[in-house]
Amino acid sequence: MGIEIYTNLAYIVAAALFIFGLKMLGSPATARRGNAFSSMAMLIAVVAGLIGSQAVSYEVIIVGMLIGALIGTLSARLVAMTSMPELVALFNGSGGASSLLVGWATLYYFEGESVPTFTAATIVLAILIGGLTFTGSLIAYGKLSERINSAALVFSGQRVLNSALLLAIVACAYLFCMDPSATSVYLYALLGLALLLGVMAVIPIGGADMPVVISLLNSYSGIAACAAGFAVGNNILIVAGALVGASGIILTNIMCKAMNRSLANVLFSGFGAAKTAKAVEGEVKPISVEDAYYILEAASNVCFVPGYGMAVAQAQHVVKELGKILEANGCEVSYAIHPVAGRMPGHMNVLLAEADVPYEQLVEMDDINPRIENVDVAIVIGANDVVNPSAREDADSPIYGMPIINVDQARTVFVLKRSMASGFSGVDNPLFFGENTRMLFGDAKESISGVIGEFG
Amino acid sequence: MEIIFLTFILVLSVFLGFELISKVPATLHTPLMSGANAISGITLAGAFLAAGATNNEMASWLGGAAVAFATINVIGGYLVTDRMLGMFKSKRGK
Repeated sequence: MGIEIYTNLAYIVAAALFIFGLKMLGSPATARRGNAFSSMAMLIAVVAGLIGSQAVSYEVIIVGMLIGALIGTLSARLVAMTSMPELVALFNGSGGASSLLVGWATLYYFEGESVPTFTAATIVLAILIGGLTFTGSLIAYGKLSERINSAALVFSGQRVLNSALLLAIVACAYLFCMDPSATSVYLYALLGLALLLGVMAVIPIGGADMPVVISLLNSYSGIAACAAGFAVGNNILIVAGALVGASGIILTNIMCKAMNRSLANVLFSGFGAAKTAKAVEGEVKPISVEDAYYILEAASNVCFVPGYGMAVAQAQHVVKELGKILEANGCEVSYAIHPVAGRMPGHMNVLLAEADVPYEQLVEMDDINPRIENVDVAIVIGANDVVNPSAREDADSPIYGMPIINVDQARTVFVLKRSMASGFSGVDNPLFFGENTRMLFGDAKESISGVIGEFG
Repeated sequence: MEIIFLTFILVLSVFLGFELISKVPATLHTPLMSGANAISGITLAGAFLAAGATNNEMASWLGGAAVAFATINVIGGYLVTDRMLGMFKSKRGK
């Protein structure tokens, strides 16, 4: 009893610090300290857990921690900011794997004694959700890093196959819980099925829907930790896991709303299959770097609207440089960020913060839209669907109803684009043919550098 | 009773989580996610139980791997979140 009291007291302190840390994440000014609080909470919980575990041997634990710390440190330090979505996906996956393994290993804890049914059920949950998170995250990583085709993979019979998979999981889970043991054949079946489920769940989801998937996997990694907490009867796992689970679900919900789609629609339908939008006709008006300079030089209110293309072109630094020059020229500069711009929630914000854009200038869609008519020049950099007026006007468009940044209502729109290919969702964009739209063709980074050169 | 007690904690934590997170601004969603991710590495505390508390070889292998995965999550998650948050600067801060 003695040591258990202290462990649990430490857990209470840790839980309070986790909550405090998350609360401080509510503002950019306190967020960094909040993260430090949260990591302190983790340290307390981990030390308490280590002492409370009354381990017989520490070798395995120490080796495991050293390997993990090495990989974690290197990846966190070395990865480029543009690759952040991939890294977060991988970290999600490793959380899932850990929960799966904890659930599995718990079975050995009983060493021949019978496992209570409730514990067996929570072990099943930890394995299922953990396994799903693990392979799902690996597939998401593959899609994000373009190691595998990032398009939605849909084939006939997919639903039947997935339904069969789910049925098999339920059946195995039931049979396992009837006679739970570490050597049960149903345990191995569940392990395999859980890993397969992760793959099947993520392959039909396209690259542009990745913000939803990452948020959801984030939530799963928390829920898996929760389930593992039930399995080992540890309340700090439950508290922390629930906080993470809730956070992921909120983000998922925000992302779905920003695309005007239900979660079920994102998860189960390859995108854009049902409707065909009106073909857009008209003539685009290209503009030269020099002319762009003259317009920008005279502008008093400029708004940048970045999308995934800015990340691909690594253009955030030149964008910020142009913003700074415009400001020095007496112009009001803002950066309007759509909730699903990029490949993960807040992706563009992080890139612009990396380029030293002060966070006061990063504005949300709902803030910029009411005053978009006062914007002299809206500069769209590598964004497409999130500024597509079809979402507002064309009821047949697959993205109809999705809230967009109404750049077409700004006085002038510059669209920086490589060529006239359609966006990720393959939807035509009437913005390019708009009366007040000028197309600045070429690599975004080079085009902006060119404009900066004109200011020089 | 134990089950009821743990479920009680779960329900309260979920409500608290919803309250806390819905106040986080869109600008901080990426750090929120990687920070939350680091927190989900809390399975580390459970992994210790699995890795060291029995003499079963299989269990300690599984536990050891669980410790490694959870540590990646914890260390990597906190470091990368700190790195990102360090970049968010205010206008006044300059």
